[in-house]
Amino acid sequence: MNQVGREIPRLEVGAKVSGRAEYTHNLCLPGMLYGKIFRSTVSHGRIRSIDTKAAASLAGVHLAVTGEDIRKLIPEPYYGPAFHDQPILALDKVRYVGEPVAAVLASDSHVAEQAAQLIAAHYDELPAVYDEVAAMQPDTLVHDALRPAGTFTDLKHLKGRKGTNVALDYHLRRGDADKAFASADRVIEHTFKTQQCLHLPSEPHVAIAEPGDGRLTIYTSNQTPSFIRIEIARLFGWPENRVRVKVPYLGGSYGAKVYVKLEALVAALAMLARRPVKIALTMEEQFYMITKHPTTFRIKSGVNKHGRIVARACEVYWNGGAYADIGPRVTQKSGFTAAGPYDIENVSIDSYALYTNRTPAGALRGFGVPQLVWAYESHTDLIARELGIDAVAFRRNNILRDGRPQASGTVLRDAAIGEVLDALASRIGWDAPFDRGSGALRRGRGVAIGFKASISPTTSVAVVNVSADGSIYLYKSTVDMGQGSDTAFAQIVGEVLDVKAEDVRVVAPDTDVTPYDMGTLGSRSLFHMGNAARLAAEDARAKLRALATEAGLPAGTNYPAAEIFKKRYGMQAGNVIGTASFVPNYTPPDAQTGLSDNVTPFWMVGGAAAEVEVDTETGHVRILRLVNAADCGKPINPAVARTQLSGAAIMQLGFTLSEAMQLDGGQVTNASLADYKIPGIGDIPPMEVEFVAAEQHSGPFGAKGIGETGTFGVSPAIANAIHDAVGVRITELPITAEAVLRALRAKAGRPLEDA
Amino acid sequence: MGARTINFTLNGEPVSTAIEPHRNLVELLQRYGLFGARESCGQGLCGCCTVLVDEKAVSGCLYFAVWVDGKSVTTVEHLDAGGALSHVQQAFVACGAFQCGFCTPGFVLMAHQLLKHYPDPSDENIRHYLAGNLCRCAAYPEIVEAVKQAAKTAPTRTGQPR
Repeated sequence: MNQVGREIPRLEVGAKVSGRAEYTHNLCLPGMLYGKIFRSTVSHGRIRSIDTKAAASLAGVHLAVTGEDIRKLIPEPYYGPAFHDQPILALDKVRYVGEPVAAVLASDSHVAEQAAQLIAAHYDELPAVYDEVAAMQPDTLVHDALRPAGTFTDLKHLKGRKGTNVALDYHLRRGDADKAFASADRVIEHTFKTQQCLHLPSEPHVAIAEPGDGRLTIYTSNQTPSFIRIEIARLFGWPENRVRVKVPYLGGSYGAKVYVKLEALVAALAMLARRPVKIALTMEEQFYMITKHPTTFRIKSGVNKHGRIVARACEVYWNGGAYADIGPRVTQKSGFTAAGPYDIENVSIDSYALYTNRTPAGALRGFGVPQLVWAYESHTDLIARELGIDAVAFRRNNILRDGRPQASGTVLRDAAIGEVLDALASRIGWDAPFDRGSGALRRGRGVAIGFKASISPTTSVAVVNVSADGSIYLYKSTVDMGQGSDTAFAQIVGEVLDVKAEDVRVVAPDTDVTPYDMGTLGSRSLFHMGNAARLAAEDARAKLRALATEAGLPAGTNYPAAEIFKKRYGMQAGNVIGTASFVPNYTPPDAQTGLSDNVTPFWMVGGAAAEVEVDTETGHVRILRLVNAADCGKPINPAVARTQLSGAAIMQLGFTLSEAMQLDGGQVTNASLADYKIPGIGDIPPMEVEFVAAEQHSGPFGAKGIGETGTFGVSPAIANAIHDAVGVRITELPITAEAVLRALRAKAGRPLEDA
Repeated sequence: MGARTINFTLNGEPVSTAIEPHRNLVELLQRYGLFGARESCGQGLCGCCTVLVDEKAVSGCLYFAVWVDGKSVTTVEHLDAGGALSHVQQAFVACGAFQCGFCTPGFVLMAHQLLKHYPDPSDENIRHYLAGNLCRCAAYPEIVEAVKQAAKTAPTRTGQPR
């Protein structure tokens, strides 16, 4: 029976509906202390003093710890995936409101919380910078010098650089954009902005460190167990095998829990306290952990009289907050595709990762791509309007097709961009007339498409173990945070070894047991770990055949595994271990031109079409229909893949219509679900999702990742639809009723006064 | 603060314990190894901590533990006490009505209560009733489907959710 393509429920359904699924949240160890964090109240300042005496002397408090205490344990207590710039607890300076400054440990979490409130810190305040464009000027410096991690060769030249907030700049030059602009029939330019918002998984960050015998075991809600092991070992100067990282199911993540979050802190505290330490953030504290980059995107296109885009220039400023986290990677990787899924001869891209005095920003379901699509698809729509060309026809005329080089120079393969656009137009009935509303209620339609280069180069290793009774284990460090990766891998392994997916035991990440994986991020797992799992299963199958030969069984026969083991070992004994590592080829971009003939092993393609109704009296926007189409190759489990697509689209709907972190003097003023509105069940418009017929030839059984794709087109499709309905253009997210009403009133020559 | 002794029924069994008055129901349940009610937003807005007290859904993060004295508490872990998943749980499985699963117990318990009030709910009934449960993975379309399917497969008897 074919396992690939089956719409089986996720393997862990029983545990999840019965409330018994294992999350880090559930875990309590003997002698465990609870940690609470004392946070900075200023955006930027030199630390003058931190007084922990009152906290430490509160009954029930075990220990109060500052950055200096940690520096005695770890001489260089800075971490980060691209830059070693983030102190475990603030040292010398604080750089954003909410930055961890001290921590208190107690055996009762309420006591720890009370003690944290008894800590007092004094700062010499410094001027702060919050805006990404302002941060381009070196007036206010968030860091005295850049501290790139040694692991990335392309960042080495930044080491020790002073007098700048630019953590990384990426530049791409293809053709001659300036010349093409000069000869273009029209040159059209716009600026778009996105807001600071965040992941807010239902399970806030939580981690436990358990010390013992010169080793540490870390239980954590994290998407990158292998990285955590390497980074914690580096901090302590240990070999990797003294750090064990275990990850059960995650209660959501969406990019919030990549790389080190709480792990370095609980590890240091546990070593200092010599007892297990657990820190579980509150919902509010998530606003001080990791967010999505606010951006400013200046985009300029030259078009000729045939409606072809001949040149495009993109300047993107990424507001990375106080610590780089994965921002430099977002800046570069998304930089490859900043000009959009169009066939443009002359392209220039300048992408800047900036430090500011805000909560750090990382990757949120798209590694920066949703911010880019927001700008280039709003822009593309405006060009079509200005030229008087139908928005879909204009896109078709310029679309990038398989076999053609993308802006980076990498030739497009297995990227069904045209098919996605066609599916959207067909589903929404683009060419058919529709009810445009009347009176105060006006209706319109919009479409938008986007694409993404996968994160490269990255490695995944898988181990398949065949037991003596023929039952199968898969060991991998991919984290199942709800996307259904365990189930997909079981289907892949089951397909190769001809067993039911439900019968494959998929082992949860445990770095003492499961092999290396770069991380569960960027929709890379199905492709990378899926390929590794397929190859490991093939290796196991070959070894099983060799074992049969060794056991003297005739070649070409199909003995059950259990019989092979019994024949070879005389009883139910032994194992067959299949292994594989998968690392696709990659060509780093040229330092001068930013070009590369191989920036990604696969392309993700998605888009959205929306029909909206705008209340011209209030600015309220109602989504009447939201269509999402995507290329996921040949889906391993179409039912699960569809929920990934619709879930991502709904999440992006929140980022489009309501979600925004509000800052006042660097202080987040809406850090709760009461004041920061995420989509609820009443906010869901009628939705349709469609996978276009496609195949990723290098993917496992033709599949590719889908976790982020549903976010791509949603925001610009809605903005384009609003423009279609009422003739106003919103250029900044989120598209609140107030923003629409302001635009309507400005257009009518009766602008609203500033609030 | 001093602990108070409380007596209550937990998933059908009488229990007694001493607990301080500042602790909430989620903390109390953790003492019994019950982690299905999860504190998430801490403000009674997300529904992840939903517990039935005398058959009425409450937010366990805002409900003081001492308040269950003399009452009957039912958690998600009790729904399959008979050995099989409840019809609501089965419908959630069949419809794939969750992803990460963290909010699922709250939705399942609320769906049980919903179906007691609306045995044949409309989409509007479902949306209104589940407005206090948030799913960040946004499995909402599948959750609506699951509730409708559960309505069709509900055992004819009413009363204690099964």
